Amino acid sequence: MTQAASEARLPVEATRRVERRFASDLRAIRIVWYRELARFAQDRTRIVAQVVQPVLFLFVLGAGLNTIASQGAHGVSLKTFFYPGILGMSVMFTAIFSAASIVWDREFGFLREMMVAPVRRGSIVVGKCLGGATVAAVQGLVIVAMAGFVNVPYNPILILEIVLLQLVLAFTLTAFGVMVAARLKQMTAFMTLTQMLVMPLFFISGALFPASGLPGWLEVLNRIDPLTYGIDPIRRVVFSYLNLSPAARSALDPGLTWGSWHLSILVEVLVVLVLGVAMLTVAFVEFNRNES
Amino acid sequence: MEELDGVGAAVEVGSSVAAISVRGLTKTFGTVEAVRSIDLDVNQGETFGFLGPNGAGKSTTIGMLCTLVTPTSGSARVAGLDVVRDRDGVRRSIGLVFQDPTLDGYLSAEMNLRLHAELYGMPRNRVAPRIQEMLEMVGLWDRRKSRVNTFSGGMKRRLEIARGLMHSPVVLFLDEPTVGLDPQTRASIWAYIKDLQQRERTTIFMTTHYMDEAEFCDRIAIMDQGTIVAHGTPDGLKSEVGKDRVQITTGDDAVAVEKLQAVFGIEAKIVEEKVTFSVAGGESFVPRLFSDLGISISSVSVAKPTLDDVFMLHTGTTIRDAEATATERLRANPMWQGRGR
Repeated sequence: MTQAASEARLPVEATRRVERRFASDLRAIRIVWYRELARFAQDRTRIVAQVVQPVLFLFVLGAGLNTIASQGAHGVSLKTFFYPGILGMSVMFTAIFSAASIVWDREFGFLREMMVAPVRRGSIVVGKCLGGATVAAVQGLVIVAMAGFVNVPYNPILILEIVLLQLVLAFTLTAFGVMVAARLKQMTAFMTLTQMLVMPLFFISGALFPASGLPGWLEVLNRIDPLTYGIDPIRRVVFSYLNLSPAARSALDPGLTWGSWHLSILVEVLVVLVLGVAMLTVAFVEFNRNES
Repeated sequence: MEELDGVGAAVEVGSSVAAISVRGLTKTFGTVEAVRSIDLDVNQGETFGFLGPNGAGKSTTIGMLCTLVTPTSGSARVAGLDVVRDRDGVRRSIGLVFQDPTLDGYLSAEMNLRLHAELYGMPRNRVAPRIQEMLEMVGLWDRRKSRVNTFSGGMKRRLEIARGLMHSPVVLFLDEPTVGLDPQTRASIWAYIKDLQQRERTTIFMTTHYMDEAEFCDRIAIMDQGTIVAHGTPDGLKSEVGKDRVQITTGDDAVAVEKLQAVFGIEAKIVEEKVTFSVAGGESFVPRLFSDLGISISSVSVAKPTLDDVFMLHTGTTIRDAEATATERLRANPMWQGRGR
């Protein structure tokens, strides 16, 4: 009887909770996503810093190496060849940095505010990943805008394709960052760990060289590197808009093979997506277990 | 329809359901019993103070009530909801202000509240008016566009309190709301808390290790080494002590302590370089002290019992000493290091 009386006072909340759970998770995702964008828009130094590095690679490394490597490039400027890799690189830096904000939030307490909210932890993680992906794709637009300087045409379809591919790559890289960030309590630890991982992933990925005819050990590493599957599709779509001799095309844009199987762009994108979802799942589990 | 009914209250303010009801609540970390089978009831609309030295188990208890720490055994209901079975329901019904700030310093005051409103699923049409209401209440409306990083410690704390109240919780938990603030700011935070509570009629559950702050509470519970050693109204607890606190300075304190024991049968201690003891009817005792003690007395003070004396009565130690031991215990036990687990 007393039980019934106390239940009677709670019906609004009890019924509302079931119906609204999904809706409230969506709202949480949206606001966490929005916060990422708001934070990014305010952080001018970050915007500048994350543009400078890819530009350095593109124009300084591209121009510098061009003097000794023009032979192997079949008359294609190294800047043009590097361009897809640099598109991927800018996404990578931004995405990983976005994930770092989780560690940052933890250090400065804000993560707690999100963790005690009456929503599923997963929606916080998803919001973070989508936010990071969006920020990375927006940052990537700066590099997209430089296409003209490296003799890549400004074609609307090409730009759309690039942006979509960048979004997918950015999502997976943010998920990777979030997964790492789930375990770490200090910013310095996160920075050290990502520095240790990011540069090798970038160099091995074939951002700066074609992924065929490599020494055996490097080819193995290259195929294991998830970034490989993010950058190759970008290169393929960019190169499909270039006027190249067949010899240059097969040397510079060979595509990826598993054994003798040539992967299609779709398969490559799927590989990236599946990895992203897998890492996101790990991140979910980590957050549900770790944080009380 | 749905938009109309309140913001998150699971029980109506003023109904007979206890705001907090705890039975046999226990939490052990490894071999350490942080909280040992406590019972507790907090009525709606009350300001309830949870006192004790650092390391007494206050934060662990509050953690369990806020669904952040899973109890080892026992039960707790907040706003009529079970903290383990209906975690989200409890979370929606409570507001939290932690010991450490949990604001996003890069965003504006307004944006911090908006984030909170979205995370708590507040009805959309209530968000903007409620933000204004809350910011005006804590005197930060003019600064709504400023980044929180530019705020002083007191302003941040006020903003956190406003945020904790955004979704009209049944219970507002304040974990050491004034720790690390200067005395003046502490006093002003208290003025805000009292004002907010009257307007919002929210139940407030707060921890503090400043005994003087407990005077602001309707009822208090004192916790030491994982158990509740006393609870009641501040005045009731003080009158239970029954004795006044007398402090004297003498020519030879050590002799004075001996003499007090020999002549009056009173146990005295030297606290803060003064001979200190408790005695019923302090004022009338002082003349006898002068005539019978036999050594020169240079100063006398008689004080009504304070909550420090209450703590002393129930634990046999001062809160400061208890704190020192508790801190040592914590240092020795790695389980306790790092928060938020």
